[in-house]
Amino acid sequence: MNNEHRPYTLIAELTYRCPLRCPYCSNPLDLAERGNEIDTDTWLRVFHEAEALGIVQLNLTGGEPLLRDDLELLIEGAGKLDLYTNLITSGIPLTSERLSRLRALGLDSVQVSIQSARSSVSDRIAGAPSFHRKLDAMQWVTSLGIPLTMNVVLHRENISEIEEFIALAERVSADRLELANTQYLGWALKNRLALLPTLEQIEQARIVAAEAKMRLRGKMEVLFITPDYYSEYPKSCMEGWGRRFIVVNPEGLALPCHLAHTIPGLRFERVTQRRLADIWHHSEGFNRFRGDEWLPDPCRTCERRAVDFGGCRCQAFHVMGDAGMTDPACSLAPGHGHIESARAQAGRLAGTLIFFDYRTSRGCFSR
Amino acid sequence: MILTTVRPRLSLKVRLRFDRRTGRHLLLYPERGLELNDTATAIARLCTGEWTVDDMVDHLTRVYDDVAPDEIRREVCGFLDVLADRGLLQNMS
Repeated sequence: MNNEHRPYTLIAELTYRCPLRCPYCSNPLDLAERGNEIDTDTWLRVFHEAEALGIVQLNLTGGEPLLRDDLELLIEGAGKLDLYTNLITSGIPLTSERLSRLRALGLDSVQVSIQSARSSVSDRIAGAPSFHRKLDAMQWVTSLGIPLTMNVVLHRENISEIEEFIALAERVSADRLELANTQYLGWALKNRLALLPTLEQIEQARIVAAEAKMRLRGKMEVLFITPDYYSEYPKSCMEGWGRRFIVVNPEGLALPCHLAHTIPGLRFERVTQRRLADIWHHSEGFNRFRGDEWLPDPCRTCERRAVDFGGCRCQAFHVMGDAGMTDPACSLAPGHGHIESARAQAGRLAGTLIFFDYRTSRGCFSR
Repeated sequence: MILTTVRPRLSLKVRLRFDRRTGRHLLLYPERGLELNDTATAIARLCTGEWTVDDMVDHLTRVYDDVAPDEIRREVCGFLDVLADRGLLQNMS
C-alpha cells in the first residue's frame, strides 16, 4: 500500500444514543430507526484490523460513548494495541471513578464539548440540563492529569461568547480549545437558518481567537475552525475521501466519513461481513471518490485539487443533489450561489430569534 | 524564537510511537500526528524537561559528529519552533 491511501485514524461511533439533543448533531437524521449496535468482540476485532492497516489514532465517539457499558473493555483493547485513544464526549454520564478507571486502562485524552459558556444557554442548546455536570467532568479530566480538549461548536447563538469560552478553557486548564464552527450537514443543515452566523460575527470571533492563540502559545493550543460557508475554498474534507480516515458507525458500517452513507447510490460494507482491509482497499464506496479521475469541472484543472480534493462530497449532495459536483462552499463552484444566498439570509436575519428543531430523543434510550 | 536556556518538555498530550509501516516515529496528539525523521526523533526524545536547548545541541553534536554544530543548532531550534507552534511543548519560558 502506498502512503497516498493510508488510514491513520479510526473514528469509532460506538452508539447513536445520547442524553443531549443538540440541533447541530452530526449524526444522521434517521438515527431513530437505527437500533443494532455492534458488540464488544466485533469492536475489538475492528481495532485490531485497523491497527494492522496502519491506524494509530482512535477516536471513540457517538452519540455518547459513555453510554456503552463495555467502554472499559474497548479502551483496554485499544491500549494493548498502543493506539492513541481519544474519548469524545459530552461528559455525561460520567463519574470521577469511572474516568480514573478508563485512564488506567489506556485512555490518552478526553474531549468534552460545551454548548455555551453560560449554563442556561448551554442547557437550552443541549436540550437537557447538563452544563454543571460538564464542568465537573472537565475538572475530573484535568485533575487526573489527562489532557483535555474543550470543544465548542460555534453558531450564531453562541459565537459572541468567544471570550467567555477562552476564559473558561483557561479556568479548567484545558490543553486544547477547539472553536469549531458548525458544519452544515445532518441536523445542522436542517437547522441552518437558526445556526449560521453573519460574516461580521465570524470576523470578530476570528480576531479574538487569533489573539488568544498568540497569548496562550506554549500553554494552550487554540484552534479556530472557520465555517466553509465563509471560506473562499472548501476544506479538504476528511483530508480526502478514503485517504486518512475510516469511520465505523454504530451498526458496523465502514465509511470514509460519518455521513457518507446518506449519499444515495454508494455501496458501503459492514465490518461484520468483511475484513476492514478489504473494505478499505476494494469496496466500491471507498473507491468512488479516490484519486482525481472522478473530479468535476472546475476542480479537474484547478491547482487546489491536491489540497482540498474537491471539498466535501456530502455537502455537494445535500446542497446540490449531486455528490459528484464541486463542493458548493468553493467560490469557483457552479453551485456557490446556494451558499451565497444562505449567507445573505443570515445577514438579513441577524438578531432574530429562530427556534431549533431538536435532534430527536428517540434512539437515545430504548423505550 | 526560542531561548536557548529553556528546558522544553513534550506536552502531556503528546506520545511518541514507532510506526512499523514506515520504520519512523510518529508524534501523536489529539486528532493529529507528525511523522518524524531520525533527527527530529532524536530531538523529541530530549524534550524531557531536563535538557536545555544548549544541552541538546551539545549532545546531538557528539552523536552526529559529521554535521556542523551550527547546522544542528538550526535544526533543533527549527523543530522546537514547529512543536511550540502546535502547542506540543511545555516549559518554554
